[in-house]
Amino acid sequence: MNSPCIIEVRDLRKTYRAGEVDVHALRGVNLDISQGEFISIVGPSGSGKSTLFNVVGGLTPPTSGTVRIGGKDLAGLSDADRTNLRKTMVGFVFQKYNLLPTLSARDNIEIARHIAGRNSNTNARFQQVLELLGIGHRLHHKPRAMSGGEQQRVAIARAIVNDPAILLADEPTGNLDTENSAIVLDLLRDLNERMGQTILMITHNPEAASYGHRTVHMRDGSIVDTQLTLE
Amino acid sequence: MSERHRSKYAGNGTIRWYLLNKLVLENLKHRPVRTLLSVLAIGVEVTMMLTLVGLSHGMLDESARRARGVGADIVIRPPGSSVISLSSAPMSDKFIQFFEKQPHVSLAVGTMVHPIGGINTITGIDLDRFNRISGGFRYESGGPFKGPDDIIVDEFYATQNNLKAGSMHELLNRQWRVAGVVEPGKLARIFVQLPVLQELTGNTGKLSQIYLKVDDPARDDEVVRHLRSIPALKDYYIYTLEEFTSLISVNNVPGLRAFIYVIIGLSVIVGFIVVFMAMYTAVLERTREIGVLKALGASSGYILNLLVRETVLLALLGSVLGILMTFGSRWLIETLVPASLTQQIVPSWWPVAAGIAVVGALLGALYPGWKAAKQDPIEALAYE
Ligand SMILES: Nc1ncnc2c1ncn2[C@@H]1O[C@H](COP(=O)(O)OP(=O)(O)OP(=O)(O)O)[C@@H](O)[C@H]1O
Ligand SMILES: [Mg+2]
Repeated sequence: MNSPCIIEVRDLRKTYRAGEVDVHALRGVNLDISQGEFISIVGPSGSGKSTLFNVVGGLTPPTSGTVRIGGKDLAGLSDADRTNLRKTMVGFVFQKYNLLPTLSARDNIEIARHIAGRNSNTNARFQQVLELLGIGHRLHHKPRAMSGGEQQRVAIARAIVNDPAILLADEPTGNLDTENSAIVLDLLRDLNERMGQTILMITHNPEAASYGHRTVHMRDGSIVDTQLTLE
Repeated sequence: MSERHRSKYAGNGTIRWYLLNKLVLENLKHRPVRTLLSVLAIGVEVTMMLTLVGLSHGMLDESARRARGVGADIVIRPPGSSVISLSSAPMSDKFIQFFEKQPHVSLAVGTMVHPIGGINTITGIDLDRFNRISGGFRYESGGPFKGPDDIIVDEFYATQNNLKAGSMHELLNRQWRVAGVVEPGKLARIFVQLPVLQELTGNTGKLSQIYLKVDDPARDDEVVRHLRSIPALKDYYIYTLEEFTSLISVNNVPGLRAFIYVIIGLSVIVGFIVVFMAMYTAVLERTREIGVLKALGASSGYILNLLVRETVLLALLGSVLGILMTFGSRWLIETLVPASLTQQIVPSWWPVAAGIAVVGALLGALYPGWKAAKQDPIEALAYE
C-alpha cells in the first residue's frame, strides 16, 4: 500500500483496574492502517478487540504507547479533546445498533451532524449517504418499526455522515441473520470502494472477515497474525 | 474553534434548536405517565402558591374595600395596633369630642372591634353616627337595632351562617337576634351596638378605632398633619384613608409573609423531589442513549443542555397546568364553602410562581444531570 498512513498504533497498552486486579487488555499492539483500507479484526473473546477500538476511537485514553489518527497523537488528549475527536475523526457502529429509540431514522442520522455542528439538508454527503442506504422510503420510521438489518444500515449512515477518517465497526453483523449480514457487509464494501471510506471491523465470522482487504488476528491483547484476503 | 467552524454554527441556528427540542419532546412522549405525573406535581406546586397568594389578596382587598365603605377621610388607631388587627380597645371615647373640635373635622365616629375566632370580628358601632359618615346601611332585609340583643350582619355572613332577619345567632356565648341583613362592604360583617359590646367585653368607654370626616376633601392631608403635631397623639397612628388602605398589604399582616414563604418553600421542595425522581429515572433508563450521544462526540454540555430543556419544559407545562388549576381551586372554595374566603386570581404572580417552579425543577435536575454528564461512554454502552 502506498496510500498515506491514516492510523498508526505503536506499542499500545491498556490496563483496566477491576477492583484489586489489573486487567491487561492490550499488551503492546502495533498496527498501521492506510487511507482507504478495509481491515477485519478477529480473535477470541476477551482478546482486546473492543478495547483497541475504544482507544483508537477516543472513548478511553491509552495507558501507554502512541496512537496517531491523521497525524494527531491521542496521547495527552483531555476528555474534551477526545470528545472533539469523536465528533469528526471517527464513526462507531456497534453490534446492538444503538439508535436513539425516540427519534426517526432520519433524525438519528441528523443528530450526528448536529452534534458535530453541521447542517445536514444542504449537504451533498448527507444525500449521498441516504441514497447508499437503500431504505429511503423508511427513513421517517422509528427504530423499533425497522428490522435489525435496516437499523444497522441507519447506524452505519450515522457513523459516516460526518465524513470520519475511520469507521470502527464492532461486530456489526453479530445480531443479524445471514441475509441481513450480507446486506450490511455489502454496504460496508460499497462505502469502502465507492467513497474510499477507511474501515476497521471486528467480527467472529470468517466469511464476514473476508470482506476486508486483510484480516488481523488478536490474542491476549496482542496482534499475532495478519492475513491478506485472496480475491 | 476556527472561524470556519464558527460561521457553520451561526448559519445553523434553526436546525440546532429544532432537533434538540424534537428529541426532548419525543423523550417526554416516550414516558407519558412519568411526564404527566411530573407535570401534575409541578402543577400542584404552582397551584399551592397561587391559591395562597390569591387568598391573601382576596382577604386584604376585602378589608380595604370595607375600610373605604365607611366613607371616612381619616383613620385613627391606637398605639401598638397593626393595620389588620386590633386586639384591644385602648382609646377613650372622650376622644370623639376632642376630634370634633379640631379644625375642618366635621364628624368623628368611634368603633370597637372584638375578635370572635378565626378571621371574624364583631364590631360595635354607634348606628346614628355611623349612618351619617357612611351614608347608611342598605338593608337586604330587616332593619336597624331595636334592642341591646340585636345584631346586624352583612349578606355574606348571613349566607355563610344561614341567617335572615329575625334569626337567632350565638356569638360570645350569647344569643342575639338578627335585626337586619345589610349589603356587604361597610366596615365589617357583624355589628352590635357600641355600648353593648363595650360592656360585654369589659371595655366600657373604650374605642379601638376612630374615623373622621373632613369638611373639605382637599384638606385631608392638612388635617392629618395637624393631628400628628398634637403631642398627646404622638403614639397614635393617623392616616388618610388612602394611606390606610395602601397599608393593607401582605407586608403589613404579621406572619402572613412568613407563612407565604413557608408554603413557597414547601412547594419548591415538592417540585424538587418530583423532578429529581423523574430526571433521575430518565437518566438511568437512557444510560445507553447518553453513551451513544457521547460516542458521537456530544460534550457534557450537550447532554446537560438536553436535560435542562426537558426540565424547563416540564416546569413550564406544570406552571400552565397550575395556573389553570387555580381557577379550579377558586371554584372549589366557592362551591364547597360558599361566602367564606375570597380567592383572587393574581396574574402578576403567574410568572413569579412559574419562575419558582422552574428554579425548583432545575435544582432537582442538578444531580441527575451531573450524573449523566460524567457518565463513562464505554460503561454506558455496555449497560443492559
Ligand atoms: N471497562 C473495563 N473494565 C475492566 N476490564 C475490562 C473493561 N473492558 C474490557 N475489560 C477486560 O479487558 C479484556 C479485553 O476485553 P475486550 O472487550 O476488549 O475483548 P473483546 O476481544 O472485544 O471480546 P469479545 O469478543 O467478547 O467482544 C477482557 O478481559 C475484559 O474483561
Ligand atoms: Mg468486544
